Amino acid sequence: MSIKKFVVGGFKEEGALFTAVKNVRKSGYKIHDVYTPMPIHGLDKAMGLRDTSLHTAGFIYGITGTTTALSCIGWIFTSDWPINFGGKPHFSLPAWIPITFELTVLFAAVGMVLTFCYLCQIAPFVKKHHFSLRATDDLFIMVIECTEKTNETDLMAFLENSGAIDINIQNAETGWWLGRYDKDTKPFENKGTVIA
Amino acid sequence: MSLKQHFEIPGRYKTWSFALMAVGVISLIVGYIMYGGNPDNGKRFWSTMLHNSVYFLLIVNAAMFFFCATTLALGGFQISFRRVTEAVSASVIPIGIITFIILLCLVFGNKYAIYEWLNKDVVAHDPILNGKKGFLNPTFFIIWTTLTIGLWIVLGIKMRQISREIDDTPLTVEEGKKYIFKNTVWSSVYIFWFALTVASTVPWLWLMSINAHWFSTMYSWYTFASTFVAGIALMTLFVIYLKNQGYLEYTNEEHLHDLGKFQFAFSIFWTYLWFSQFMLIWYANISEETIYFKNRFEGAYTGIFYLNLVINFLAPLLIYMTRTSKRNYATVTFMSVALILGHWLDVYQMVFGSTFKDYVPLNLFDFGIAAGFVGLIMWQTARVLSKFPLIPINHPFLKESIIHHT
Repeated sequence: MSIKKFVVGGFKEEGALFTAVKNVRKSGYKIHDVYTPMPIHGLDKAMGLRDTSLHTAGFIYGITGTTTALSCIGWIFTSDWPINFGGKPHFSLPAWIPITFELTVLFAAVGMVLTFCYLCQIAPFVKKHHFSLRATDDLFIMVIECTEKTNETDLMAFLENSGAIDINIQNAETGWWLGRYDKDTKPFENKGTVIA
Repeated sequence: MSLKQHFEIPGRYKTWSFALMAVGVISLIVGYIMYGGNPDNGKRFWSTMLHNSVYFLLIVNAAMFFFCATTLALGGFQISFRRVTEAVSASVIPIGIITFIILLCLVFGNKYAIYEWLNKDVVAHDPILNGKKGFLNPTFFIIWTTLTIGLWIVLGIKMRQISREIDDTPLTVEEGKKYIFKNTVWSSVYIFWFALTVASTVPWLWLMSINAHWFSTMYSWYTFASTFVAGIALMTLFVIYLKNQGYLEYTNEEHLHDLGKFQFAFSIFWTYLWFSQFMLIWYANISEETIYFKNRFEGAYTGIFYLNLVINFLAPLLIYMTRTSKRNYATVTFMSVALILGHWLDVYQMVFGSTFKDYVPLNLFDFGIAAGFVGLIMWQTARVLSKFPLIPINHPFLKESIIHHT
């Protein structure tokens, strides 16, 4: 990925955050992301995020599981190694349904977890930049991306007017990279370039 | 914002419900003339009556279960349309009485063709039926049926009365807590009775005892799941109807989404029970047990058997899979109608597959009787809805329902 410049502001109140998100979007600034300590209903709508397509992925993984199970069991029990189980026909669908169901759930579950980790860029041995550690504690952190045209001083004043605290500018990597928090860095050391 | 709290029954709605009820009454008379005096002791006639009355009684009773269960779970989302579920459950009174009369006719009319265990001579010479004599006998049947339907009616009236008593009096926080506690106490009484009836004994008595030699411990749960899905679908249809007429301002697609999820989830639950009951019997392959599936799986009712699975499992699975379809009034209406019909077919094969070894096709008589019950539900529900405010405006959890977000 690439290193970009961000303006970061923290909000204490949920209400102030919603108003700020609305105003920031109206003024044409580009919100990179909002980090919150807990899930907030309606924030995705306020930020104008599209609906996740994780469930579509889940459906595809699910039918992959179904097909895998049915074709695999079907091939084994009818042509590869047919066995007589209590006089049942070799092709006996009802007996395969439990395994098919299990594999559907397994594929959908594992696939969705991995996809979720990929979309959120979390994985073992992988690091991401943290804009503010208080996002896991008591602040709603709004991160605004700066382009060449953005006037940072104006933007910071704008955020201050909307009630933000802890406003600062950070140059940060947007993607993930190999590394470990416990070995490479001291997690509580503030790496951001604090100006204001 | 001023709320439209008083439902006025539109003239066309009234006409339709009375027309449907008239169709039901005509079918009843014509059916009795055609089938009532048949040499098989009116088996065709009474099978239809049993199928329709039990099915429609259990689906309106499912509405009662829905609002008691959500009350007991301290649910908030359903408050904005709670009066609709209450009104649907009010149909338990007329349909309960009709079902009771039909069951009395079966027992006192000695309809051996439906309930084999009524015949004392047969029971005396049959070790299996003799062993079940303590449960399957006319006295217990009548007492238990009276208690069942009676308590459903009484507890229903009580729950609706509790719900209405706060319509004119805003509650303080303390009063609100007391009110919620009172609600949960009465709901838990109902849920307890529901567990003893629908979730265990009543489907055994009314439906499973048609095959008195056969039994399945999953049968009651299966019946419950079947009628609960259809009950949710029925409530959803009324909610959508009122919404179309401009009532229920606080109900929006968030609530519709939840009702859709309920239908989806319980359709899957129904399939789970359907499959578990079938697969264990199929796998063990013991002739006393497979007798139930003989004419359903590979005999007269094969078509209905698979159609049942398509309407009640595949259709909801594929159509209700996406979020958008559960929030779309058109698809939800379509699926609700399909599920009510689908589970009607399910109960049809449960009754007719047992009373007749050969295929008895559904005809105008069955549809006419079903139409009569639909008309009765429409009329009773609308009548109760029009009498009382549509939104329980003083309910402590109303705000939770208004801001509900799926």
